[in-house]
Amino acid sequence: MSNPTDGVTHFNQPLLKTPFHNRARALSQNDSFVAWAGYTTVDVFTSPEQEYFAVRNTTGVYDLTPMIKYRITGKGALRFLNHLVTRDVSKLKVNRVIYTVWCNDDGHILDDGTLFRLGEDEYWLCCAERQYDWLLDSAIGFDVAVEEVTEQVAALAVQGPTSCWTLKQLGMSGIENLKPFEVGRFQVEGVDVMASRTGFTGDLGYEIWMPPEKAEFIWDRLMEAGRTRLIRPIGSQALNAVRIEAGFLMPHFDFVSAESTIRLGRDRSPLELGLDWLVDFKKGHFNGRRALVAEQKRGVTRKLVGLDIDGNKPAHSALLYTDKSGQTEVGFVTSAMWSPTCKRNIALAMVNAPFFSVGSEVWAEIYLNRELLWERRMVKATVVEKPFFAPERRRLTPPADR
Amino acid sequence: MSAASGNSKRYDVIVVGAGHNGLVAACYMQRSGLNVLVLERNDYIGGAAVSRSLYPEFTYSNCSYVCSLLRPEIMRQLELPKFGLQVIPYEGGCTMMHDGNHFALYDNHDALRREISRHSKRDAEAYDRYARDVMRQCKFIKPLLLREPPDPTSFKIRDIQELLYIGKRFHNMGEKRMYDTIRFWTMSAADFLDEYFESEIVKAHYAGSSIIGTALGPRSPGTAYVLLHHYMGDIDDTVGAWGFARGGMGAVSKALGASFEASGGTIRAGAGVSKFLVRNERAVGVALSDGEELYANTIMSNMDVKRTFLESMDASDLPSEFVEQVRKFKIRGSSGKLNIALDGLPEFPAIPKGAPCIRGDMHVTDTIDMMERAYDDWKAGRWSQAPYIDMLMPSQIDPTMAPNGKHYMSVFTQYCPYELADGPWTPEKKQGFANSVIETIARQSPNFKSLILHAEVRTPFDIEREVGLTEGNIFQGELTMDQLLFNRPVPGYAQYRAPVRGLYMCGSSTHPGGGVMGAPGHNAAQAVLRDLKKVA
Repeated sequence: MSNPTDGVTHFNQPLLKTPFHNRARALSQNDSFVAWAGYTTVDVFTSPEQEYFAVRNTTGVYDLTPMIKYRITGKGALRFLNHLVTRDVSKLKVNRVIYTVWCNDDGHILDDGTLFRLGEDEYWLCCAERQYDWLLDSAIGFDVAVEEVTEQVAALAVQGPTSCWTLKQLGMSGIENLKPFEVGRFQVEGVDVMASRTGFTGDLGYEIWMPPEKAEFIWDRLMEAGRTRLIRPIGSQALNAVRIEAGFLMPHFDFVSAESTIRLGRDRSPLELGLDWLVDFKKGHFNGRRALVAEQKRGVTRKLVGLDIDGNKPAHSALLYTDKSGQTEVGFVTSAMWSPTCKRNIALAMVNAPFFSVGSEVWAEIYLNRELLWERRMVKATVVEKPFFAPERRRLTPPADR
Repeated sequence: MSAASGNSKRYDVIVVGAGHNGLVAACYMQRSGLNVLVLERNDYIGGAAVSRSLYPEFTYSNCSYVCSLLRPEIMRQLELPKFGLQVIPYEGGCTMMHDGNHFALYDNHDALRREISRHSKRDAEAYDRYARDVMRQCKFIKPLLLREPPDPTSFKIRDIQELLYIGKRFHNMGEKRMYDTIRFWTMSAADFLDEYFESEIVKAHYAGSSIIGTALGPRSPGTAYVLLHHYMGDIDDTVGAWGFARGGMGAVSKALGASFEASGGTIRAGAGVSKFLVRNERAVGVALSDGEELYANTIMSNMDVKRTFLESMDASDLPSEFVEQVRKFKIRGSSGKLNIALDGLPEFPAIPKGAPCIRGDMHVTDTIDMMERAYDDWKAGRWSQAPYIDMLMPSQIDPTMAPNGKHYMSVFTQYCPYELADGPWTPEKKQGFANSVIETIARQSPNFKSLILHAEVRTPFDIEREVGLTEGNIFQGELTMDQLLFNRPVPGYAQYRAPVRGLYMCGSSTHPGGGVMGAPGHNAAQAVLRDLKKVA
């Protein structure tokens, strides 16, 4: 008789392995892995710099299988999603994708992510936070089914100036016609692969979606297709660099989901994060609308902005002040890096009103460790427009081959 | 340790009872320059925080068995680590199910999520919301633990300041969480858990801590707070906040005693107090059971309020309404305990081999209904036929508790009445209670019975007789809203001062209540020191 506890091993191996794990491990020269959303994922394959430049110069491949995916289907799916998210889903056509956020009743962000419309009544919500209970509870009263399908789909982000060319080499002819945020279906040697022109890099790029059992097959074909153009797998460190340049937000760094905050005031509204453009006040009722209308009227008291900081030392976790004396605190840096492409010392930061207009000056308190000697620097920073890097090629259809 | 009777040494304070709270209070007072004498009826100190050796080479934590609530501020200020206290963490816990399955808790968040999702995918993702809400409430309560509860009817500056402090903290939680707090403090554990989880086993596992030590069932209003009370050990964000005291719970008392004596304090064990002496409406001393009288300006009772005021004082020395309220104070015996020496590690087929969850608290009650039925038995005046057990084997982690390869098992049992419907406890009935517990464990462990070398069986009646806790209630009074904060132990007397001048209370009958927390002792000492103008 089989025991219900047979085969339970997660107490020894809590992290799942993605279907690409064996391939990734073989290529991981650093043996540098991190836990992400319950999976073992690669932090650095070779060097973060090389991987970063693959995305900006040729093609970088990132395993995004752990991204949490909910499949939402049914006659009431559109109504449900329009109630859930801040954008107008009725404008989302089949085979199109939007980036959106969704809020609790207080207008505070639960999560951000991409919403795919894959059929008349079929959507995918791809996001960072686990929130199955929230989705199921808020779906009550709608003619809709919500499934958690994370483990049922394998996915790779294929990003960079030669990404379109690489996918054509892979046999996905016609991919060049895919417009930004468009979804297409392709076949690679008989394997069904879905592609969306989406990504987290701010560059030309695609995300390709496939059955887990075909993952290694596609990985091998993809690496072969891009070999002469130096395709590279990239780890999360390189991804983090390109997403900061693109001005994209990272949950748990640039904001905390309202569902996970313990202390009052730590949650954020889309208006505070500068995501006003995602909030469609005209579409009718949606969750958090009332609070957001009130907030818009009142004006926000803090805002996520881009900073251009003097010098070249990244302002990790720096506190921000009104002036060099460092007496009046006005905010803090949430993400920071030296941008190798822009040659600017950039950061995303949360600042108090009224310091958030472009051109405003703030001072960052940066700590430098120079061979174990710590130095404190007050460095001038200017509020600037985001994104920091937005090349034309990301929008061109059809894209150039290189 | 003991001074000759009729000793000439003059004490500023006499503390009656060397339980952990009495010792904590004694330490603080002695360190503030008072001369403190602690009297203990038993030959050993510790009250319900004791380690005893009742079978060769085994050490039992006879009463309390986990060290989770002891305030880190107290450990630090009284230098308990220096005096030998070491708290070692344990990992997880589990509930074994009737169908051979199990539910386990793991420290690793991903392991826990996958474990919950074996039972409900939805609950696996709801767990974070549950943990968040519990943490939000704990964060609100935590700073109130080491403070004297303000009297909301008083206009004294101190009370008003304290009320403002609480009011401000409450308000700072935000509107939604304020509503949550009010609901949380009054609802049942079952209702509370229903708001988060759908899976019976998940709810049953988490409901366990809502009934431990409590004469209430998981469907009784107020049990959600008891659940929270047990979570208080998780809030400090410090490593090792929840675990075993190395050497058993007696290590807590031993370290407190050593800290106290190192600062010049005196402990007399084997010196039971029969009476608090009152002259001219003022407490002046105590009479020991052998007739000896000892005098001091300040007297503090570590005993519960019933033993203090109903059994150790003349009714003529106390206000009638106060006595009546103490009489009505709910302090019901509902818990029993078995301490078992085992010849080896029992097998639990429901748990996968190698799973670390058996090093934590183990349970066998897999539905809330089963828990509620166990409570029904208690209401009818009999021990639960299928009891809720909180079973741990500290010797898996703490090498001092048992010889290598053998194990000490602590089995806390809910429910067991203080008084049986069919007459007084007898040795046969006590064995019957023990058998019901042993059979309950044996249903999940085929070789368990064959491993038993020795078992100490304690009914609430035994706990009262040995430890002195009225009805054997481990919290010195139910942790229900009507008996918490400014209502603990009774309205108007929540600030550690008895209605007789010079007499103080420091047991778990006072705010913030039971568990080996030390907070009542700390707060009572501060009340004395304030009255004596030793602190602000």
